[in-house]
Amino acid sequence: MLTPDMSVDMRTYLAHVELANPITTAAGCAASGAELAQFFDLARLGALVTRSITMAPRAGRPTPRMAETPSGMLNAVGLQGPGVDAFLELELPRLVERGARAVVSIAGGSVAEYTALARRLADAPGVAAIEVNLSCPNVEDLGRVFARDPAASAEVVAAVRTTMRYDVPVVAKLAPDVADIVAVARACVDGGADALAMINTPLGMSIDVDTMRPSLAAGTGGLSGPAIRPLAVRCLWQVHAALPGVPLVGMGGVLTGRDALELILAGACVVAVGTALFHDPYACLRILRELEDLLKERGFERLADAVGLAHRPPGAGPRHRIDLEESSL
Amino acid sequence: MQVTGTVLTTRRVDAYHALTVVAPGIAERFRPGHFVSVAVGGPRTSMPTRRAFSVHDVKPDYGGTVELVFSVRGAGTSWLAERKARDSLDLVGPLGRPFPVPRDPCACVLVGGEYGSASLFSLADTLQQRGCRVDFVLGAASADRVFGALRARRMGETTTLTTEDGSLGLRGRVTDVLPSVIADARADVVYASGPMPMLRGVTAVAVEFDIPVQVSVEESMACGYGVCMTCVLPVLGDDGVTRMVRSCVEGPVFRGERVRFEDIGTIPFDALGAPGGRAQEGGAHTRHVS
Repeated sequence: MLTPDMSVDMRTYLAHVELANPITTAAGCAASGAELAQFFDLARLGALVTRSITMAPRAGRPTPRMAETPSGMLNAVGLQGPGVDAFLELELPRLVERGARAVVSIAGGSVAEYTALARRLADAPGVAAIEVNLSCPNVEDLGRVFARDPAASAEVVAAVRTTMRYDVPVVAKLAPDVADIVAVARACVDGGADALAMINTPLGMSIDVDTMRPSLAAGTGGLSGPAIRPLAVRCLWQVHAALPGVPLVGMGGVLTGRDALELILAGACVVAVGTALFHDPYACLRILRELEDLLKERGFERLADAVGLAHRPPGAGPRHRIDLEESSL
Repeated sequence: MQVTGTVLTTRRVDAYHALTVVAPGIAERFRPGHFVSVAVGGPRTSMPTRRAFSVHDVKPDYGGTVELVFSVRGAGTSWLAERKARDSLDLVGPLGRPFPVPRDPCACVLVGGEYGSASLFSLADTLQQRGCRVDFVLGAASADRVFGALRARRMGETTTLTTEDGSLGLRGRVTDVLPSVIADARADVVYASGPMPMLRGVTAVAVEFDIPVQVSVEESMACGYGVCMTCVLPVLGDDGVTRMVRSCVEGPVFRGERVRFEDIGTIPFDALGAPGGRAQEGGAHTRHVS
């Protein structure tokens, strides 16, 4: 019998790596981690996903880099970051010290660069998993983004998978603005991805009607926030339906526990929080608490029982339900 | 820290709005130059980014209050302007690097443009408590946009006002009168807060006099606590290397001569990690990356 004070088992698995809970930061939304550590203990996150690490330091894009849009925002930060050497020397050890599980996001301009990054990270202590940011322009393909091409995505994933230690899962992060996300997802899994993360920000644009110029210096930017949540739900839904055995990290405009539950029901077993962190530094912990309460209210004993539950055939009861005779309390 | 503050009073100050919010935790830790970031639009807001404001006044009433001064520029600030007493407000603060203050008494000129002057009064207070001489130069486009003229007159050894239309004080800009104010006050240091072009001009004047200048920059930001990476500007470090630094964490107060004002809105070619730079092979090819 489920009593109200009974806690829900929130543990989840990112491939074979156990996380204490399903809530992580989204890549590029927690800077070095130290900024959020002023507000809460990073060890309370399921994992902290780092910004996308590149081989060399990157200054990023010129400003303005950000424009608010209805229920969302556009950003063109351009992967500003310290480069892999400084990351390994200064940022990763601090995360490990703080007890955070670090999922390291990597970004490159060629298969060789991703491979080189994987090689640098292969022996670094404290890497719980690697997330491959595939929304990067491929310099060998006229700057076409890897994530738009199943074969190029698979090639990157395969290169990283062979280079990384066998016990560190490789997660491929997919873009939603592609013709067939299931094809890209399948290619990545065939290439060796242990899990898939979706969605990266779709490209958007806004124009300032006062200056009559694009709002962002870069012109276009990635759209994030609640505005893209339906897109995330759709992508998770399609990919989970096609590849039910593959663990999915869901992200896209999660602001509340309800939003996180929506992505979980669509098939995500881990939920990343991005734009919400700009609005509320405690977003991850609040969402985790709300999610646990929602699961409890719905009679779940384990988070895992809710993953992909919306896919059950119509008319079928939930896989897990309260024993009705005993729920008269 | 994050605080749910309660609006105590709201008032109009010429062209600006001022909100006094009971926020004990923030008031207690506040030092001049700190700022706060405010969530706008209420609990089901469609505006996910926070708005950053400098703090005009901190008072010990009701455990601690902070007063924010702002002008209505868009949907977020107009929502804020509609707040009434007893409404609650989600604040994070105090944020940023405050104004460094001299150890020994010296002569300080405080330059404020538009409502940027709001953050100078708590600084003036601190400086005067340390025995410093304080002179004010405040300016704006027109009389109703000069913030705090009366208070400056009360506090400052001298106060010089400028407006571009001549409706208050001298016609012109703060940089037109600054050299004579620095000379008359035998100023040892300049503090400035206001729009970027003004800070650039003030820095140029201070550099000419060879005196230190501390500027508080205003860049648009989404969070205020260093995670969104959108409020960057090129700043020269102690090691002579230009980096794109965040105005919320590394700033908002910088040594004026370290800020590369002429390169704001660009990535200088010699900045660390600039595209095409030596530090980044293949960087010139990078297009949009999200």
